[in-house]
Amino acid sequence: MVKWIFVDYERCSGCRICEIECSYVHEGKVWREVSRIRILEYIPGVVVPIVCFQCSERYCLKSCPQDAIYLDSDEITHVNSEKCTGCGVCVSACPAHIPIMHPEKNYALICDLCGGEPACVRICLDLGYNALRVVETDDINRNLYLRDVLDVAEELREALYGNSGEKS
Amino acid sequence: MTYGYAGSILVVDLSKDKITEMSIDEEILRIYLGGRGLGAYVLLKELGASWENIDPLGPENLLLVLTGPLVGYYPGIKVVITGKSPQSNGVIGSTLSSEIGLELRSAGYDGIVVKGRSKDPVYIYVENDSVEIRSAEKYWGMTGRKLYETLSRELLNEAIRKSKGSAVRETPMIYIGPAGENLVRTASVMSKWFHAAGYGGYGAVMGSKNLKAIAVRGKGPLPRVYDPVKVRTLTRLIQKELSSKFSLRYWGTGHGGYSVGYRFSSEPIRNWQEEWHDNREISIVNFERRIWKRRFWGDFGCPVTCMKVSVVKKCGSVYVTDAPDYELQAYMGTNLGIFKAEDIAYLSAIVDDFGLCGIQTGNLLGFVAELYEKGILTEEDLGFSVRWGDTEAFKRLIEMIVRREGIGDILAEGTFRAALRISSMKSMNVLDYAVQVKGIAVGAHGVRSGLDYQQFSYAASVQGGDHTSAPSEPFDRGEVFATFADSAVICLFTVSKKYMWDFTRAVTGFEITQESWTKYSARAILSIQRVLLLLGGPDIYWDPRVHDDIPKRFYEPLPSGPKKGEAASRDTVRKTLIEYYKFLGWDELGLPTDETLEALGLRKLLEPLVKKIRKRLES
Ligand code: SF4
Ligand code: SF4
Ligand code: SF4
Repeated sequence: MVKWIFVDYERCSGCRICEIECSYVHEGKVWREVSRIRILEYIPGVVVPIVCFQCSERYCLKSCPQDAIYLDSDEITHVNSEKCTGCGVCVSACPAHIPIMHPEKNYALICDLCGGEPACVRICLDLGYNALRVVETDDINRNLYLRDVLDVAEELREALYGNSGEKS
Repeated sequence: MTYGYAGSILVVDLSKDKITEMSIDEEILRIYLGGRGLGAYVLLKELGASWENIDPLGPENLLLVLTGPLVGYYPGIKVVITGKSPQSNGVIGSTLSSEIGLELRSAGYDGIVVKGRSKDPVYIYVENDSVEIRSAEKYWGMTGRKLYETLSRELLNEAIRKSKGSAVRETPMIYIGPAGENLVRTASVMSKWFHAAGYGGYGAVMGSKNLKAIAVRGKGPLPRVYDPVKVRTLTRLIQKELSSKFSLRYWGTGHGGYSVGYRFSSEPIRNWQEEWHDNREISIVNFERRIWKRRFWGDFGCPVTCMKVSVVKKCGSVYVTDAPDYELQAYMGTNLGIFKAEDIAYLSAIVDDFGLCGIQTGNLLGFVAELYEKGILTEEDLGFSVRWGDTEAFKRLIEMIVRREGIGDILAEGTFRAALRISSMKSMNVLDYAVQVKGIAVGAHGVRSGLDYQQFSYAASVQGGDHTSAPSEPFDRGEVFATFADSAVICLFTVSKKYMWDFTRAVTGFEITQESWTKYSARAILSIQRVLLLLGGPDIYWDPRVHDDIPKRFYEPLPSGPKKGEAASRDTVRKTLIEYYKFLGWDELGLPTDETLEALGLRKLLEPLVKKIRKRLES
């Protein structure tokens, strides 16, 4: 069974406290730029959490010329920061462009599920928003969520505001 | 290094196309913290000597966008916009929710000071050390909605490109709409379509500088704090406290449209002719069922998420706004005789999109409608009739104000200045119908019923009618507390009385307590603001003997409701005001005494200015 984070887009409030948690857990600081989960507020009110789905294809892993991306025994994606050169190939390989470059060091960042106890999911639940859930299933349907974030954002915008959201 | 601060303020001179930085001494930060307090101090230092000659809409004025040490750490996010106000000619610490506060601090700055005036429309783009003044020619004239379809989208694409194609967060920005561009004195500085820094009129200041927007991306962590473990523990406790609040979280302030009127008899109705109603058309349930599309919506770090996203369709167009909150339910609603959720949201969406302050504009529209009702302004003056409840008429007026068309050109000067102009136009005094104090329209909280704001509050505030800075008894609350929230820069809706002071100490390491704040910092900030307000100019000067007062309307008895017959009393206003001044170390004119200036260490800076004011009052 693979653990992954299911995003319930409509529930996300845009509070971004998940970002605070992630950067705190991994770097001991409040640092949006290194959060492995990102919240894109595409237009006001349209908020899109962006995080690795632990897809079964592992496009990122397969694409990495340095073999810097690997799976642990729980099949969670990791980046070996020693090996990674920050070339960005994995970013293009992932259909959702999930991997992100560390702003100061030369390597990529991908969600490691906090070793199995995701901090972002816990806080989101604690705060009562429940937009993120840990799911344990091998269901390959999770791969279908791997889409360009701008497309997802456009759909969410249409659902919220209708039409193009623009005044005619 | 000073804990909790990035340590540098960006200075962008638009006249000279020059970008520099300045730092602030720790001793100053200890007193003023940031935001409103620091803004008042910087303005005093930079412009104090010639304050009364500085045109708020001229190139000499400064536009300050300031964070505070708590920004990004304390739940909820705000920045303070300030400068010499084109409404009061003093200093208003105008707060705005925007992630640029966080981005600025992550980019290494505690704020931005904008000087001068650009020849052509520009926007400022900040990305860590790289600061650019970019052309905004193609964005000039755009409303907030349009700006997100263009500039914001381009900035997002730029960010994606610069991060090797990763899906990244947006680049936050603050901006003005057409109202600010046209120097409408009730123009706001906006963010995210519906967030506004309305009090003060700083949208017009931005417009006068030809500055359309400021966008910031910060790539570093937030500045280091004094006690990281404590900050983390307290953050958790505050998040817990805030996320369990029901009313703000589920209703925002939007439940006020009904209850402030019905329960407190203090809601503006038809230009404050009444303050009580039992009209359930404006019930929160109608907003919730009929127009809310999203119940929880918040800015960075906020576990309250008091905002709601509202959508209204009218004549084939989509209008969007937040809840609206109580202030706009009142000022785009009851004050205009409108009680219908859809209509209130519709007008709110329109003022938001143009970048107008909903409070100042709703106050102005109510004033016009009353003058029409009284036969003082006619169809000939206005071009059409403006009756209570006529949503389309108010919409037309709003458009005329934004474009400065016809009477809109006079109204664009704000309630007080428009009242002066109309008085001379009609050779009669219409100031009695202007429900404002020192150029600032009064917030949607009445004083007559005794159940909401206190009688003296607006009269004594250094920010005039600003309901977020209203003095109240006991004096260490109200305005004195607001100076803290606005200087540490936290949202008034995420205040935790229990943990906030500990939090401030843990971030800064400063030995700061509520007592020390009240005794020293609040007095210093308010004294500076008061002196600059009374210096005023160049178009209008305030005389404390005349203008330290509440609007005449509040002395008229309430005509309806359980508090029918209640009115403010001049004696009470006067008496409390003088007690408050005494509490702050001011004399009966509201000028800081020599001892106060000495104790606050402000003698050198403020004494000559106080002398100037005294001289003018004597002549
Ligand atoms: S914590 Fe939850 S609600 Fe808040 S931004 Fe993250 S996913 Fe959205
Ligand atoms: S980063 Fe993208 S490609 Fe890699 S495992 Fe996650 S979802 Fe799959
Ligand atoms: S599970 Fe952990 S690593 Fe992954 S996004 Fe959430 S907090 Fe970050």
